[in-house]
Amino acid sequence: MDRLIELDSLFLEAALETLYIVALTLGIGGTGGLLLGTLLYTTRAGGITPNRAVHVGLNLVVNFFRPIPFVIFIAAAQPLARLVVGIGIGNRAIIFALSLAATFGISRIVEQNLVSVDPGVIEASRAMGAGRLRTILTVLLPEALGPLVLGYTFVLVAIVDMTAIAGVVGGGGLGAFALTYGYRQFDPVVTWAAVLVIIAFVQLVQFGGNRLARRAMRR
Amino acid sequence: MPTTSTRTGPTAEPLIRLSDVSRTFPAASRRGTPVHALDHVDLDVAQGEVLGVVGYSGAGKSTLLRLVNALDRPTSGSVSVAGREVSALSERDLREVRRDIGMIFQQFNLFTSRTVWGNIAYPLQVAGVPKDQHRARISELLHFVGLADKAHTHVEQLSGGQKQRVGIARALATSPRILLADEPTSALDPQTTSEVLALLRRVNEELGLTVVLITHEMEVVRSLAHRVAVMEAGRVVEIGDTYDVFADPQHPATQRFVSTLVEKGPPPRALERLRERHPGRMVTLSFRDEHASPADVFAAFIERGVAFELVHGGVEDVRGRTFGHLTFTLTGDDAAVAAALAHVATLAEVTETHPTEAR
Repeated sequence: MDRLIELDSLFLEAALETLYIVALTLGIGGTGGLLLGTLLYTTRAGGITPNRAVHVGLNLVVNFFRPIPFVIFIAAAQPLARLVVGIGIGNRAIIFALSLAATFGISRIVEQNLVSVDPGVIEASRAMGAGRLRTILTVLLPEALGPLVLGYTFVLVAIVDMTAIAGVVGGGGLGAFALTYGYRQFDPVVTWAAVLVIIAFVQLVQFGGNRLARRAMRR
Repeated sequence: MPTTSTRTGPTAEPLIRLSDVSRTFPAASRRGTPVHALDHVDLDVAQGEVLGVVGYSGAGKSTLLRLVNALDRPTSGSVSVAGREVSALSERDLREVRRDIGMIFQQFNLFTSRTVWGNIAYPLQVAGVPKDQHRARISELLHFVGLADKAHTHVEQLSGGQKQRVGIARALATSPRILLADEPTSALDPQTTSEVLALLRRVNEELGLTVVLITHEMEVVRSLAHRVAVMEAGRVVEIGDTYDVFADPQHPATQRFVSTLVEKGPPPRALERLRERHPGRMVTLSFRDEHASPADVFAAFIERGVAFELVHGGVEDVRGRTFGHLTFTLTGDDAAVAAALAHVATLAEVTETHPTEAR
């Protein structure tokens, strides 16, 4: 317990780092996933912009990256991270790897939720003379908003989970904190302090997500 | 198969014209066969008319409707609306054409993410109508469909009939010339159906829209359509004035549809029972409003001392004109009956049911 008090400032820093990594990942990966997922949906046969080649290609890419365990993915993505963000270790590298992995994961969740939108409303929009992009932005996405919010909440919790292994490439956050000061120094109080903060964080996210989704679906 | 019979054709230049249109859907699986949803269809719809298209599911009526606003394209043939060949236009050019064609759907297809107001505003936004004009237009439409108090309600909270009325208001927002109605009352109960039909009639009569309506309910056709086209297996097998088609259906498919509302003579099972109870010759007289009335027929029987009994039938009203099929049994002196029937044949169409037919 005394140890935890000594680590007070480091602990706070770690918590903020987790928030920072999660927020950036959700921003970048969330946007990427929304674009990729929407394309997966609209390019399917009978979709808004059917294109077999693009659809098959995107599917292959997503299916290629999705099964890679994240801890391996970080290492595998290192050369690419160096190329894109200029460094293969630390928070920037971990945010890069997380965003990439999240893009592929989120794209499937987005696609699944868009599939559940009634095709009738898409047809109604077309019949009123709306163009494809307008239909996607003003009908398709708003109609799927409730389930999408729930999907993103699920993803957010998963991202918090994935940040915990940031330490393997020198990233920070609560996961790295718990491993460095708790696990490796045989101090379960420190480990559990990190765990409790993560649990509290996840609970807040889920609570907020549920409320937003309920508001979007008006149920 | 009997050929298409056209009794009345539109006189003016048609607003919608389908010329030799076929639509074939590729086989669903490798071993399947292609589906010929439309098979060389010719159809004209005149400005201001209500055309009812009836057929069983799979007859091709939905495909036909979707060709008019080019939600689907023909495999061959051409579709034109107001002289423009929509089947040849690009998706971009179609946007403008579609603003002139409203559409309503069986399942309403309202945007659940928007309020009633938001649903009606959508086509205005798409058409680029300035925002300061939305208020007056939407309010006018809400009053027209009788939902002025529901403007800010979310669509899930509406009943089926209210949803369809919002659908109609939305379809009318950009003041189109044509309304396409895809089974507009099939998801509604009878009470709500008649409300929606009354509203559609006002759309045609007060606003002057040309309406193409597809349905499998003859009641809807009877109360709304000026003309009716009957479809079977991708073809229009009969088309004509609604009254004529109801009073005297030609094609077997049409006869089946009409018989859901009006029977010409007793059905076979009833016939057997009637035969047991009533002696004498059995005739079915078909009246049309330009012919003599049933009273003249009764007089003809009485005059010749023929005893008659009305055993089956009814009189129907189609858009203000009446017709009927009345089945009588006639007893009396054979010569008198024959003479009476000869006279009656000049007043109404006579179909005699011979005893053997009851077997």
